Amino acid sequence: MSEQLRTHAIDMSSVLRDKGNQNQYNETCITVKDLNLFYGGKQALHGINMEMSKKKVTAFIGPSGCGKSTLLRCINRMNDLVDSARIEGQILLDNENIYDKSVNVAALRRRVGMVFQKPNPFPKSIFENVAYGLRIQGINDKRILEETVEKSLRGAALWDEMKDRLNDNALGMSGGQQQRLVIARAIAIEPEVLLLDEPASALDPISTLKVEELINELKEKYTIVIVTHNMQQAARVSDYTAFMYMGELIEMSTTSELFTNPVKKQTEDYITGRYG
Amino acid sequence: MENTKIGHHISERFNVELEDIRNKVLMMGGLVERQIELAIEAYTTGNMELAEQVIKQDNEVDELEIQIDHECTQILALRQPTAFDLRLLITVIKIIHEIERVGDKAERIAEMAIKLAGTENKLSHYELDHMAVLVKGMLHDALDAFARMTLDDVPAITALDINVDREYDSILRQLITRMMEDPRNITRTLDVLWTVRALERIGDHACYICEHIVYMIKGEDVRHLSQEELEKRVKFK
Repeated sequence: MSEQLRTHAIDMSSVLRDKGNQNQYNETCITVKDLNLFYGGKQALHGINMEMSKKKVTAFIGPSGCGKSTLLRCINRMNDLVDSARIEGQILLDNENIYDKSVNVAALRRRVGMVFQKPNPFPKSIFENVAYGLRIQGINDKRILEETVEKSLRGAALWDEMKDRLNDNALGMSGGQQQRLVIARAIAIEPEVLLLDEPASALDPISTLKVEELINELKEKYTIVIVTHNMQQAARVSDYTAFMYMGELIEMSTTSELFTNPVKKQTEDYITGRYG
Repeated sequence: MENTKIGHHISERFNVELEDIRNKVLMMGGLVERQIELAIEAYTTGNMELAEQVIKQDNEVDELEIQIDHECTQILALRQPTAFDLRLLITVIKIIHEIERVGDKAERIAEMAIKLAGTENKLSHYELDHMAVLVKGMLHDALDAFARMTLDDVPAITALDINVDREYDSILRQLITRMMEDPRNITRTLDVLWTVRALERIGDHACYICEHIVYMIKGEDVRHLSQEELEKRVKFK
């Protein structure tokens, strides 16, 4: 009898947990539908279908050239800048197809911010770097700018370090600080989604941890998609992980499931460092 | 012997390290199986030398446990294993603990053999032997399942635990009767009881090992489940 009760209790808790997840957290933010991408004659992405949840961190992992950065760049139409790139399929951001003809790409990129592998601050002061996005929108009110800069630098966990150096040139900062400054610049215009392409690969371990900590804080406000070669990093920062190989999405599940008990052999081989 | 589930890492050294750990677990298992055999023989024949040997051998088992534990910790720290590799190491850490406990039980039996030597108050050898054969078989098959890394035999092994428990209960009843018949028998009968109890626990440890192996192979935690539920989970997929 007690055996029965116990099994029953386990079943119930898992049901409740799943329900809680669905109701509170797993609102879909980005949906990728039958996405194919060609660079000239070469197909780089093959029929990708996936959903990314709102205010969660989704990580893309996979070997070099598997298409993870390409897929990431599709989410704010960075591939439009590549002449030979041709895209089929849809990406829905809050149920709107971002590849629809009516979409204003500049407006889309305000909603979907991006941070690259190497920090790329402008050769300006720290203050002006963060205020840049607002200035090009025509906002020059000093009070609004100051408030936004402080809020963004605080958001990027940089305010305490930098509050007395706001007029210093950003190029004088360390690599880790520069990367966090770039993240502050990205969040200054309050995007909905942050795309991070290998944000910590050029940083030392301590700066890496700071950026990871930052990602963890940022997900309270933003939907984050991160590409990383560092699997431990993916495991630490993400809620969901997608494994890609040769332009295909092989497997996607919760990070804890994917790293302890992947379903596909290809995933297992990759994350355990085996040759297939 | 190379196991395909362990091998094929890009890092050849990693293969070697995992293979080494697996071999040490099997070596430890082999030692403990031998301990049980010798302890039972010491008990039934009253051979003191054998009993001493069992007690001495327990140090070797303990040392192996510490060594394997250390190697697992090293790999966890240096290689950050994932998926099957991670489950393998977690399983090894748990399995060697079970094996070490089995070793302690064999030592216990050997101690009782020494204590009860020369007395007439032993259980009929037939019953004790029968139970010993049963649990030794369970342990052997559990270690074999670990070595081959398959779950084919696991439900059959855990199913045997019911038989062990049944025999334990029947012997227990017999011993209680004996104690009631003559209170002067109590001390010695209790010693016999400890021996039987040790055997029964070995059966339990063999089952725990099986449960850990299910986690290793399938990534599913099947501890504290009924036999039917365990069979269902093992056969699923």
